[in-house]
Amino acid sequence: MVTKLPKVDVVTVGVGWTGGIIAAELAKQGLKVVGLERGKPRSTDDFLMIHDEYRYAIRYELMQDTSKETITFRNKPNQRALPMRQLGSFLLGEGLGGAGVHWNGQNFRFLPYDFQIKSMTEEKYGANKVGADYTIQDWGITYEEMGPYFDKFEKTIGVSGEPSPLGGQRPDKYPTPPMKETVITKRFKDAAKKLGLNPYHLPSANLSETYKNPDGEQINACQYCGFCERFGCEYGAKTSPNVTVIPTAQKTGNFELRTHANVTRILHDGTKATAVRYVDVLTGEEFEQPAEMIALTSYVMNNTKLLLVSELGTPYDPNSGTGVIGKNYCYQILPGATGFFEKERFNTFMGAGALGATVDDYNGDFFDHSDLNFIHGGSISITQTGLRPIQNNAVPPDTPKWGPEFKDKSIHYYNRVLNIGSQGASMPFRHNFLDLDPTYKDAYGVPLLRLTYNFTEQDKNLYKYVAERSAEIMKEMGADEVVTSQTAENYNIVPYQTTHNTGGVIMGAEPETSAVNNYLQMWDAENVFVVGASAFAHNGGYNPTGTVGALAYRAAEGMLKYSKQGGSLV
Amino acid sequence: MAEEKPQTMSRRRFIRNTSLIAGGAAIGGGLLGALVGANLDDEQRTDPNKQTASQQAGGQNNNEALMYFTSREDFEVLSAAAERILPEDDHGPGAIALGVPYFIDHQLAGNYGYNTREYMQGPFYPGEETQGYQTPLRRNQVFDEGIRMMKELSQKNHQKAFNELEEAEQNEILSQFEQGKVQMRGVDSATFFNLLRSAVLEGAYADPMYGGNRNMEGWKMKNYPGHQASYLNQIEAEEFQEIEPQSLHAFHK
Repeated sequence: MVTKLPKVDVVTVGVGWTGGIIAAELAKQGLKVVGLERGKPRSTDDFLMIHDEYRYAIRYELMQDTSKETITFRNKPNQRALPMRQLGSFLLGEGLGGAGVHWNGQNFRFLPYDFQIKSMTEEKYGANKVGADYTIQDWGITYEEMGPYFDKFEKTIGVSGEPSPLGGQRPDKYPTPPMKETVITKRFKDAAKKLGLNPYHLPSANLSETYKNPDGEQINACQYCGFCERFGCEYGAKTSPNVTVIPTAQKTGNFELRTHANVTRILHDGTKATAVRYVDVLTGEEFEQPAEMIALTSYVMNNTKLLLVSELGTPYDPNSGTGVIGKNYCYQILPGATGFFEKERFNTFMGAGALGATVDDYNGDFFDHSDLNFIHGGSISITQTGLRPIQNNAVPPDTPKWGPEFKDKSIHYYNRVLNIGSQGASMPFRHNFLDLDPTYKDAYGVPLLRLTYNFTEQDKNLYKYVAERSAEIMKEMGADEVVTSQTAENYNIVPYQTTHNTGGVIMGAEPETSAVNNYLQMWDAENVFVVGASAFAHNGGYNPTGTVGALAYRAAEGMLKYSKQGGSLV
Repeated sequence: MAEEKPQTMSRRRFIRNTSLIAGGAAIGGGLLGALVGANLDDEQRTDPNKQTASQQAGGQNNNEALMYFTSREDFEVLSAAAERILPEDDHGPGAIALGVPYFIDHQLAGNYGYNTREYMQGPFYPGEETQGYQTPLRRNQVFDEGIRMMKELSQKNHQKAFNELEEAEQNEILSQFEQGKVQMRGVDSATFFNLLRSAVLEGAYADPMYGGNRNMEGWKMKNYPGHQASYLNQIEAEEFQEIEPQSLHAFHK
């Protein structure tokens, strides 16, 4: 028994950053929007007990319940994929606000090079720089065209920052000044300058001062309490959808939020979507919500899964290289260096998720790749996010993992270790992709998404180069021992790496090689907009949220346009 | 091992003594252990130097009781193994004095032990190392099997209970688990060891409300201040800041 509900203008599948932005922008214009969120409601008031490392950072209270739904994983197509039975390599969010609740708040704009990576690489290095198995492509939009949307997102969330000396043009300042300078950020900047690099304070959505955004929402000043990543902010000082775009949407009177609503299928007639079907996860009741426009605004994984399950768009086939849904899954490459300091102790237990300093000298194409066996690179940062005691037990190499020596050294070095890390760009590869698993199903009987992914030669070469550059900075910072991180031979789903998954429903200029156009409108279903990092044609050298937010504003503009004129927008 | 605190010393001696009695008398060690344990608790209650903060505040620590383990002997094996992973030293208490065994017991009785948030649908295959946890066993079953095998190995190799062995002998057995060399039913022994190691660190450093990190001693060893509302006035400090730790108990006023 499926209950059919009255038609609305817009339905969003998921209510995090992208769903919240779409809802706010369209509801402000008078469209009736329903937001379907599979998790529970939550707000700043729910984070009073947040300073609990075990509950939130180890047992993952805010994350996806994998007993209900997970993915399956294998390194290559000839392996049997097995379920990711517990969270590890990345932390999928759940609940109102999505991953926008537990992010760190590091907010960048992807580079001009990112949006035109194929043509700019070919122009400078020739057509064969990376080889045909690396399916890089231009995104169908330029950095200049993205400018107004970046600006809008930064003003909505109140970013505290200063421009990168090397980054793309920014006509306007950041809305709030950079976060505080600490011993750690200053040490990094001094060392970087001595090496001839161009450091700047990391652009942060943990705000340096109280700020009122253009929608009238207030974001408070950060207290540097050291609980950002994996946590919600009890001060409302780390910008989240829950303190900005979601209340903005609600104030219009045109937005209806339904929590505990898990969408299982998009219904369509082959050319247009007609409705979504969802389950009330508390009661098991099924509903059909018809809408003029549907915005897929869940995470990378579920955006891709819903299209595959609903048979909307052509699934990607790695053998022929044809099809688009599930194509160009990318991750991020995380080279870095650890410094052990014998004589100094640092206040590493204090901090904020986006308190840090960054250099872009080895990011994008800011350095010559003519004699290098990879393209792109990564931003290199030191961050002071608040090191907590369960998770942080760094010891020099060759120290046993337990016992007297481990205890002694993990305690001795607890406040004597600094880390430099890079957000290394990840290039798409023919055999890294998403499709449906043939065996395993979720709690609602829907197949799990299957991830096939491994590190490539490009990844390993980039890793080695950027790790060595990170170690140079750490050495200059005066560490007594510098440990340069080493790339893994195979990608491993177990240890936490990063929640910067991208691709699967990529954007581009042609329907043959992309799933959505530069308004994130599906080529194959004009009233479906697929919003999020799923649209990234590759992953760049920064944290992705700034670019995700900008693309959501771009999509909102497209949906408004579509509501008036219909048809394909490009 | 330098300057052990009285409380820990008596606790460690208690474990050894209990095991010796159990071995000699060929009676269930669990029963005897429970009886001797009760006596020890009485002794602790009457000696202010051996009391925990909560006891001094006017009562016994009722949280120190078993929710998951049914055998005192299993709990003692677990305790001895936890102490080897994080032993008492000059920095401060080891796993036992921090309450880590009780932390693990309580965790095994709840969501963690029953894998309530893990995908536990079959079919199960061993898989590659890169594919992670693939056993049909719940975490508390992994601990059951691991402790059972620790007991078996100690009897087989040393004809003694695991908690009676010398530290070096205990370490040797734990290393075999760590290296995946112990044949276990339904799960790789390295998986058990990694779970155990993680659980010990979690118990040592989690907020004390979970039963470990007793009196915030784990945090004190690391100079970690726990739950602090704000570092706004200290974040720019040039010097290292030593701050008296505070737990989430601060909200219970």
